[in-house]
Amino acid sequence: MSDPALEKLPGGYKGLTSDFGSDQTIFKGVNWGKAMMWIFLLSDTFIFSCFLISYMKVRASVVDEWPYPSEVFALNFMGVPVPLLLIAIMTFVLITSSGTMALAVKFGYERNRKLCAWFLLATALGGLTFVGMQAFEWSKLIFHEGVRPWSNPFGAPQFGSFFFMITGFHGTHVSIGVIFLFIFSRKTFRGDFDIGKRGFFTSMKSDYVAIEILGLYWHFVDLVWVFIFAFFYLW
Amino acid sequence: MVNLIMSETEKAQTTTHKIGIYLWIWGLLFVLSFCSYMVDWFQFQGLVRWTLIVTFMLLKAGLIMAFFMHLFWERYAIVNVLLWPMTAIACFIGLMVAEGRYTMFARFFYFVVGG
Repeated sequence: MSDPALEKLPGGYKGLTSDFGSDQTIFKGVNWGKAMMWIFLLSDTFIFSCFLISYMKVRASVVDEWPYPSEVFALNFMGVPVPLLLIAIMTFVLITSSGTMALAVKFGYERNRKLCAWFLLATALGGLTFVGMQAFEWSKLIFHEGVRPWSNPFGAPQFGSFFFMITGFHGTHVSIGVIFLFIFSRKTFRGDFDIGKRGFFTSMKSDYVAIEILGLYWHFVDLVWVFIFAFFYLW
Repeated sequence: MVNLIMSETEKAQTTTHKIGIYLWIWGLLFVLSFCSYMVDWFQFQGLVRWTLIVTFMLLKAGLIMAFFMHLFWERYAIVNVLLWPMTAIACFIGLMVAEGRYTMFARFFYFVVGG
């Protein structure tokens, strides 16, 4: 968010060098919690990259046929198998929740308490829908198709371990996000961010910047799904 | 030195972005997701498939990071700190592509000539 004090500083690459050479803070105008969330997301990027890269490496070197995701993840709709139907719906649900999150952040900064809280709630429900559909997908693969981390009926046995590891780790991120979204929605409805109520954990004053920080996490979850969708389901 | 601690009045002036930007990005993400789903639907194969998948993927990731995560409006210091480490990941991908090919080669080679 733009801030009058920052406009007096040099911008662009000149700003980059002057920020790095300056006193006290490098990330001018970035709330420390936000900077820390970015650092956390960067480390999380490395974790997900390691998963996806090891998946790529194994897929490139297995001698068995890799299961064809278009058929593995097909869903019967009125008796016709539609490829990746559930995955496509999950993708749209997650993007929708990312959109509502962006609006929640915007309304938070505008101090529009009610709209912000409603959009947070909508985001949480979108995330919950996503996790629910993922649970359905997992149970279908485990109980009906007999996919296991060490074997599966479609092809290369490594498929299962990568599928459960990557989507499971992503699903865990979504679940944690959903829990925080519900908590933050309640806090917003209660007006914690308007009166600067102190949090029970940090004892610091609440501020609407917290919603942007939560938003960063939520958009990151969506961002990771973009890569999983491309590399795991479409490739 | 510019005082970066915002006063209460300054905080109230903090401008937000117009709602239209978010709705546009949201719509674009829907369109791009639909396009990448269509890649599978029409069963494009080989190089066309991979190029399209990666293009749509990078466009979506870029839009989310730039606008939903506000990196487009952040100062270069944080943008550079976040994006440069990605080059390490790119190197890692390159290394593992080579490694994967070598493993594949070794498996076939020793399958033929024997251990």
